[in-house]
Amino acid sequence: MTAACDFAVEADGLSKSFGRTPVLRDVTLRVVRGEALTIFGPNGAGKSTLLRLCATLTRPTGGCLRLFGSDAIGPEVRRRIGVVSHQSFCYPDLTARENLTFFARAYGAAAPEAEAVSWLARVGLADVAHRPLRVLSRGMEQRLALARALLPTPDLVLLDEPWSGLDATAADVLTVLLATAKCEGRTVITVTHDLDRGLAIADRACILHRGQIAWEGAVQHGGDGPDGLGGARAALNDAYRRVTAPVAA
Amino acid sequence: MWTILRKDLLLEFRTREALSALVVLMLLVLLTFTFAFDPAGAREAAPAVLWVTFIFAGLLSVQRTFLLERENGSWYGLLLTPIDRGAIFVAKMLGNLIVLALAQCVLLLLLMLFLQVPLPAAPGSLLIVNVLGLVGFSALATLFAALSVRLRAREMLLPLLVLPLLVPLVICAVEATRIVLAGGDLASTGPWLRVLVTFDVIFTVAGWMLFEQLVQE
Repeated sequence: MTAACDFAVEADGLSKSFGRTPVLRDVTLRVVRGEALTIFGPNGAGKSTLLRLCATLTRPTGGCLRLFGSDAIGPEVRRRIGVVSHQSFCYPDLTARENLTFFARAYGAAAPEAEAVSWLARVGLADVAHRPLRVLSRGMEQRLALARALLPTPDLVLLDEPWSGLDATAADVLTVLLATAKCEGRTVITVTHDLDRGLAIADRACILHRGQIAWEGAVQHGGDGPDGLGGARAALNDAYRRVTAPVAA
Repeated sequence: MWTILRKDLLLEFRTREALSALVVLMLLVLLTFTFAFDPAGAREAAPAVLWVTFIFAGLLSVQRTFLLERENGSWYGLLLTPIDRGAIFVAKMLGNLIVLALAQCVLLLLLMLFLQVPLPAAPGSLLIVNVLGLVGFSALATLFAALSVRLRAREMLLPLLVLPLLVPLVICAVEATRIVLAGGDLASTGPWLRVLVTFDVIFTVAGWMLFEQLVQE
């Protein structure tokens, strides 16, 4: 049996409402440290809200959320979380390098400038380091967001549609960085509609529907198909159709 | 805290949006007052003109610092960092204070130019009164700008929330400025300064303590 402190995320009966509209209802979820969980689900299922709760950006209206065994969410917990969202969370009037240097300083890096330069090179933005974020393309901005999130070497990486807006090269860079993060023992929770990429990095997948976890299962790698994910893909597709099928009157 | 302050000042001095808008707005309000009063009346009303002009223009500037953070969701990036939320408040407040102090220097010069207000006998006293007024205004406005920035009617709500609470500060700052401009020394502004100091302490400490709760969604 897994000890409580071995969980990166423990959600018990978690719920979140905006006004009178419930977005998450009684979600119970455990993510073991080092595990990669991919959350699928239709639009409006509550995936991004669940991720924002895990990122400590919003508070639950009910239930309990523990991160790394702690329900007191303070600077020490936040230090261990990296988030990539729809927005880059960076400053449009600062250059790519200034943005990363700022965040490196904010996370207390010993050599923020060097750290920023190193990450710019890793995400392929060294050539545009001195350009303001405002003039960068969506794909470049997303790569900068990824560097911002991974720069403090977080234990928990939360990704909300990380591949959206990326060209094939940038998407591959992201996949490699996520695979590296996983190999380094980081917990990765991804919310995506991209079935292939989402499954490729996942140890476990779940489907969130109408604010509840409607299905979850382990992802078997090395199975059928050219990517070895044929079985997992078929199981997920089948579950997705079943879960999201309109209820007969 | 210094990291955020440095970033805020870099953004401001790069775009110069808040400072230039502040100065233009203050100039316009001051011109209106200049035409509205006769010269003697204008000099008499100078302390009130100074603070009323400053507060209306200052509210726009303070709100802008948070609107800037909402662009691209950079506010969330900041909240995700391990920086203490109270320190974020202090950094934001200091950033506003520096920009507002520069604007107030320009406003004082314009006041002397347009309303022929003489340079006070004790400029140091005027400086102290202004700094105390600025600190209180920055603390209160920063606190409420952070609160109102998530709301749809924020441009309307911020003055509605802040102006009633600013009444004691405005009264004390205007009275203390009137005494100093009339040639009085700092000692003669004693009661007004004590209220200003109390106001500054209350709202700086309140902002530092409440900011965590205010910014959490």
